Amino acid sequence: MYGLTIFMTLLAFRPSPVVNFKVVDNPNDGGGRILITWDYAPDADLSEVDHLELLRIDKPGEGAIVVTRLSTVARQFTDSGLKNGKPYRYFLRVWFKDGSYIDTPISPPVVPKAQWFHTKRIVGLVILVLYGTLLMIFLKKAKRGEELTIRPIAGLQAVDDAVGRSTEMGRPLLFVLGLGTISDLATLAGLAILKRVAMKAAEYETDIIVPCFDPVVMAAAQETVKQGYLEAGRPDLFNEKSVYFLTQDQFGYAAGVDGIIMRQKPGAIFLQGAFFAESLIIAETGHSVGAIQIAGTSSVTQLPFLIAATDYTLIGEEMYAASAYLSRDPNSLATIKAEDWMKVIFIVLILIAVAFETASAITGNKSLSIFPKLFEFN
Amino acid sequence: MHLSTSIWVWIAAFFTLAIFSFLYKDNPFYRFAESVFVGSSAAFAFLNLWFFDVKPKLWDPIAKGNILYVIIPLILSILMLTRFIPKIKWLSRWAIAFTVGMGAGLGITGMIQGYLVPQLKGTFLPLWVPGNLATTVNNWLLVFGTIFTITYFYFSKPIKGKFGVAAKIGIIFIMVAFGASFGYTIMARVSLLIGRVYFLLHTWLGMV
Repeated sequence: MYGLTIFMTLLAFRPSPVVNFKVVDNPNDGGGRILITWDYAPDADLSEVDHLELLRIDKPGEGAIVVTRLSTVARQFTDSGLKNGKPYRYFLRVWFKDGSYIDTPISPPVVPKAQWFHTKRIVGLVILVLYGTLLMIFLKKAKRGEELTIRPIAGLQAVDDAVGRSTEMGRPLLFVLGLGTISDLATLAGLAILKRVAMKAAEYETDIIVPCFDPVVMAAAQETVKQGYLEAGRPDLFNEKSVYFLTQDQFGYAAGVDGIIMRQKPGAIFLQGAFFAESLIIAETGHSVGAIQIAGTSSVTQLPFLIAATDYTLIGEEMYAASAYLSRDPNSLATIKAEDWMKVIFIVLILIAVAFETASAITGNKSLSIFPKLFEFN
Repeated sequence: MHLSTSIWVWIAAFFTLAIFSFLYKDNPFYRFAESVFVGSSAAFAFLNLWFFDVKPKLWDPIAKGNILYVIIPLILSILMLTRFIPKIKWLSRWAIAFTVGMGAGLGITGMIQGYLVPQLKGTFLPLWVPGNLATTVNNWLLVFGTIFTITYFYFSKPIKGKFGVAAKIGIIFIMVAFGASFGYTIMARVSLLIGRVYFLLHTWLGMV
């Protein structure tokens, strides 16, 4: 049998269709992976090839093991699950339809290792450093006492009116922080708005109800409301039981909040945080009891529903700007200012990149299309 | 008409109708369904948390003697539980602060890698594509829609004058996008409703 195979191999001797067989450590990863690439000779007749086999030699002197079987469509393969620091050698076996095969030369040993930096993500680092620098500049300005102002945000100006209206009607306030966890930026922004609402509730001596989806958010919300009452000079009015856990099921939470709305009939409802499919259910119920509703979320798919069903909606970053606007805290204002400058930089960058891309498209000179490659991020 | 003989189908049908009765007004059936739903889902969440988080990630390593491996989460968990002891309740703030800080830090890199850079790259488009008018118009809309929308979220200037015009164009783009998203999501919601009505008419009543 083996004799026949050797005979067939010798009989069908032909040059290998595989050229440029290269084996390197997979770049920009956490290690354990080796990248194998190859090409086919321009004059190779691939219709004669049945399949390819990639083989690996783990130890010198030991036999090769088949890593994978590939078709001629493949030009590369990443071998994973390897041990960092251990040398591996590879070769490719080309099987022809007549049963013969040809091996490529065995590659030099390659050692997989982890990289400290993902070189294709340098642009992310540059953005962070730039933003950090701008933030430091504006923080310094704020500390020097320079006045940093941001434009009024319509929904936030309505907060005081909503609390006042609720007080006049003798109804409580309802604050819904959504389904986000404490790690969600929208929840953090919602907590900042909650503090302001709690302060106003304390000033007007109005009850505030905060049903929570997440236990950790509940703990943070209790602290926030308590701090709000404290800063308003009415810690005696704070009732910890008004901030409570409901359930961690999406529609169970929606059903619970709906029940609270129907029974407590709040005068003002604040929907501030991360929302999903339950947003419209809650907002419609709030509308049905005649409550003034102020929503805010960065969940793009839910914003249309909140805009349709509530009186005021803070769209995306308006919500993040809310805490700075409400608190007038120089540090928070410096953050917004730095972000605004970043937006200017991004607009300029887009315009320059678009000019280059247009020039590249008109002249057909591909070398002008540099920006998309620069922002290749994988 | 072939009524279902399964008790679970009847229970599911009862709860479906009880929840739908809210469309008329709040009533005892809705309240009952709501209480059962909230209570059972909270219990389910607790068990889920125990079997998929606390037990495999904290309890089992401790039981196997690998306490050092989980020492930091263990300390943070204990700190969180100090909320039940009024005198040392303030210690729970450390655990919350750790989680908030970690979330904000991870959020920044996640946003840059997942949203900011890919979206910037997606806007680097030619404003003239020879021989393809439709792509050219599309690129104009994408590039200037993005720029005007960013303008709306520039908070350092009031929405007035030429800047105001740009910001108002930006809000038009935002609203058009929301309108499309609204329609798309409504379609998905209608399919959910159809699923529920089909359950009542087919699985429960056997009418269709």
